[in-house]
Amino acid sequence: MINFGKHPGACLAVVLSLVSANVGVGLLIAAPSQAEGTNQVAIDNFTFQPGDITVNVGDTVTWTNRDDIPHNVRATGGATWKCAVMDTGGTCDIPFKTAGEFTYFCALHPKMVGKVIVKPS
Amino acid sequence: MTDDQNGPLSDADSPAGVDRRSLLRCGAWMGAGVLWGISGGVPYSIGLLGEAEAAPVTGPTFIQISDSHIGFDKAANPNALSTLTETLGKIDSMKAKPGFMIHTGDITHLSKPQQFDDAKQNIEATKIETFYVPGEHDLVDEDTGKAYLDRYGKGTKGAGYYSFDKDGIHFIGLVNVVNLKAGGLGNLGDEQIAWLESDLKGKKDSQPIVVFAHIPLWIVYADWGWGTDDGAKALALLKRFGSVTVLNGHIHQIIQKVEGNMTFHTARSTAFPQPTPGSAPSPGPQVVPAEQLRDYLGITSVTEKKGSKILALTDSQLSKI
Repeated sequence: MINFGKHPGACLAVVLSLVSANVGVGLLIAAPSQAEGTNQVAIDNFTFQPGDITVNVGDTVTWTNRDDIPHNVRATGGATWKCAVMDTGGTCDIPFKTAGEFTYFCALHPKMVGKVIVKPS
Repeated sequence: MTDDQNGPLSDADSPAGVDRRSLLRCGAWMGAGVLWGISGGVPYSIGLLGEAEAAPVTGPTFIQISDSHIGFDKAANPNALSTLTETLGKIDSMKAKPGFMIHTGDITHLSKPQQFDDAKQNIEATKIETFYVPGEHDLVDEDTGKAYLDRYGKGTKGAGYYSFDKDGIHFIGLVNVVNLKAGGLGNLGDEQIAWLESDLKGKKDSQPIVVFAHIPLWIVYADWGWGTDDGAKALALLKRFGSVTVLNGHIHQIIQKVEGNMTFHTARSTAFPQPTPGSAPSPGPQVVPAEQLRDYLGITSVTEKKGSKILALTDSQLSKI
């Protein structure tokens, strides 16, 4: 048997990503102002980690792509907030100004889905 | 590997402990390549690539290339432009030059103008007419596809679908990478399927058809999104034809399947391999030792036998073209 062993690996390069945020249904977007905190979603192995993240009203969520393939973030359910494509190492900040549950997915790899749960203050 | 004639033949199949017939079926995996004939929708292997090259080419040929990902520079291939130009150089030096090429998408990695320009400049340098469909990586510009359509959209409809006739075959380029739904697979959409129905209207059942799109039109592996949600609607419209060949990319490896008169084929990438379905935590780029990379990259050439339904598919590794 010929052994074609798999060597999945990752090589990170830092590439700045564009950040795009639109006003969505039931969601007000303010200019990102919060310093990088704990509200982090990593994109790793074609999954959002954590899949569901809970934050407070006014918090900013930061997505970071740790895969060596690009991903983006698109709101579902009629909202229009989004992150432009992030290459390896790219990040995107989205502030959440109203309480509620906001679902999203990667429009390049739609099996990747996630949710931001925003608690009232 | 399976002995089921209708079972998929893939890069993952092992050639160990098989008879000659099975070995022929596994040739593409081995990299020797198999010349595939399709007669009345039923494929048959004509010979290993060496034998096939020695045999006189009796019909027009075309080449499928895919997933060039120009701009990709990670560990799986630090220079995707280099492996594309290497591939094109080998196509250019083939004894029997192909009549034209089909690129089944992901021309670029990030839809950047320079990436499109690099691909265009190198592909056009071969002076071989090339037909394209976009992959999802070709539509991530700010205007979601404008960069692609500005370059390749002339004469197409919607997000870039179209059809044309060559050498007695009706070719249909479909786009299944736009308006993807959360949790879903590839998507053609009702408008494109209605167009396909009208495009096929009036065509005789004996008309040979080649359909090409980026994401496989059949479900290869749903967990990784390797399939098209409404692909079955398009395939239902094609079912009446005596010879249908479906060429896809996206999964960066060869998988073949036969259903009735339809033969499905996915091509290798010119940039980097991806793991076989379910064999890794994700479908991300597969890192192989640098000296083995070209064993995982390649092209598909298709020979048409004029006046018959036969299309012969030959897969070749970049390292052995």
